[in-house]
Parts: sequence; C-alpha cells; structure tokens
Amino acid sequence: MDETDRLIINSLQGNFPISDQPYLEVAQQLGISEDELLSRLQTMLDSRTLTRFGPMYDIQKLGGSFSLCAIRVPAERFEEVTEIVNAFPEVAHNYERDHEFNMWYVLATESPEQIIQTNQAIEARTGLKVYNMPKIQEFFVGLHFQA
Amino acid sequence: MDELDRKIITATQAGLPLVKKPYTAIAEQLGIDSETVKQRLQNMLDKGQIRRIGAVPNHYKLGYKANAMSVWNVPDDEIKELGDQLSALPFVSHCYERPRFLPEWPYNLFTMLHGKSREEVADKVQQVVKLLGEYCVGYELLYSKQILKKTGLRLKAKD
Repeated sequence: MDETDRLIINSLQGNFPISDQPYLEVAQQLGISEDELLSRLQTMLDSRTLTRFGPMYDIQKLGGSFSLCAIRVPAERFEEVTEIVNAFPEVAHNYERDHEFNMWYVLATESPEQIIQTNQAIEARTGLKVYNMPKIQEFFVGLHFQA
Repeated sequence: MDELDRKIITATQAGLPLVKKPYTAIAEQLGIDSETVKQRLQNMLDKGQIRRIGAVPNHYKLGYKANAMSVWNVPDDEIKELGDQLSALPFVSHCYERPRFLPEWPYNLFTMLHGKSREEVADKVQQVVKLLGEYCVGYELLYSKQILKKTGLRLKAKD
C-alpha cells in the first residue's frame, strides 16, 4: 500500500458519485487517471485491503431485521458449534471473542420472525442458550478508518 | 422496496463493477436503462436505505489489529444522554443500547473500539471511563480472537 492507495482509501469511504462515469470524476479529484484508479481498486480488493467497493445497504431501513446474538460455547465444543451456526445463511457475521460469552454472531433476515426462528433452530441444533440482543436504540454508526 | 429495487440491490450488494460506466453495466445486466438505476440508487441513498457508497476497508489490513467490543453497564435513565456523548468521541463506532440478561449479562451499552494495539485501545477505554464518570457501574472488553464468518448481508435473489 503506497501513498496513492492511502489517498484512495481515505477519500473514498463514502460519497462515490452516482453519475455516468463516476470513476473518472473521482480520479480527476485525486489527480490520477481513471485507469489507474480502477486498477488500484481491483488490486486492493484482490489483496483484501478492501473488503468491498459499492453501496452499503441498511437492511433495517429496507424492511429487514438484524440482531446481535451471543452464545457461551464450552471450549471443547467450539469447532462443532461454529460449524452449526455458520451453516445458517441468516448468519451474516460470526466472531470468536475472548470472554465467557465467546461466540457473537449477527443475524440478517427479511423479517423479525425469522430472527426468532433462526435462533430457536440454533438452540435446538446446539443445545445451548442463545442470548438475542437486538439493538434498542442506535446512537451512532460508521467510523472512518484512516489508512 | 419493490421488485426493481430488489433486483438492483442483489446486483450491487457484493460491489459495483470496476468498469468505466458501472451503472450502465448494471442496467444492461438487468435489462433496464441506466437513468433508472441511478435514480433508484439516489432515492435509496436519500432515504438512508443505502448508508453510503464507497470503499469498505479491511481494518485489520490497515493495521487496526486490536478490535474490542466494549460493553458498559449504565443506568437506563441516563443511557440516551451517555450514548450521545460517547458517539461524539472520534474513535467510537457502532454505539447501541441492547437488552441486559440478568444476572449473567448486566451490560446495556455497546460500542466498538479499534486501535493499532491493545495499549491504544486501553487508552480509549480510559477516556470512556472518564466520560461516563459515576454512571459507569461496570464494563468489560471483548477482544475479537478470530472471524468465524463474514459474508455481509445478502438478500436472496427472487426467481
């Protein structure tokens, strides 16, 4: 990652234009060519420096549901439970965390009922209690990472 | 969200095409005109259904290797005020009120803290402790050990 990559990351975390040739517009603002911008974005996606480039949808505003859920998984069952939980397509993210509550996953579904149903299915398959922690209120979202 | 919005979402949720005219490419793929694609996207952006359009960096690759979910037990009556104050800190992201599960889970305020080292995160934690003052009944840090799955949100395409 060089200075130009940093410039691209720092200036492109939002406000990508909705126009006929948006990459050209951005490239001109950054003082590089359109081809260079496109090839650098491709390289950063290939190396996973960027996880995605495009619109970030808010599933809740689109009528869907979202919830953060936790499970206290016994250490000796961690791998098995991971496999069960990850197999559900409703599980969008799953993280292992350094705590007694060691598995934290996010469910994203098209209706609130599916959140409950999915967690019931996960409880049935794992025999473990799921702590469903949907947000009650949101104070802030979005951090601008400085590259 | 109607059927056309859904088609546009499913065509773009994994990313925009890296071609000179990305919206035209999407339009061609869907068999509609590019003006419609742009209008629909602008409309979803205006309504907040799209949070933003741009690059999503992998914060691990940018050197943010210490990522903690910090969880705080604060009085329910004060949570709005405290949540707003926390959100004003430049290093705070994703600040939410969530339900407690007593007695094993007393925490009701969640926020992610990111740093290049655990020392840097610890310093941020102290800033939060100071800000919450007497309202901080307890807190814990849950560092991420590994990503077990990260596919992001995916609407299923219909038909």
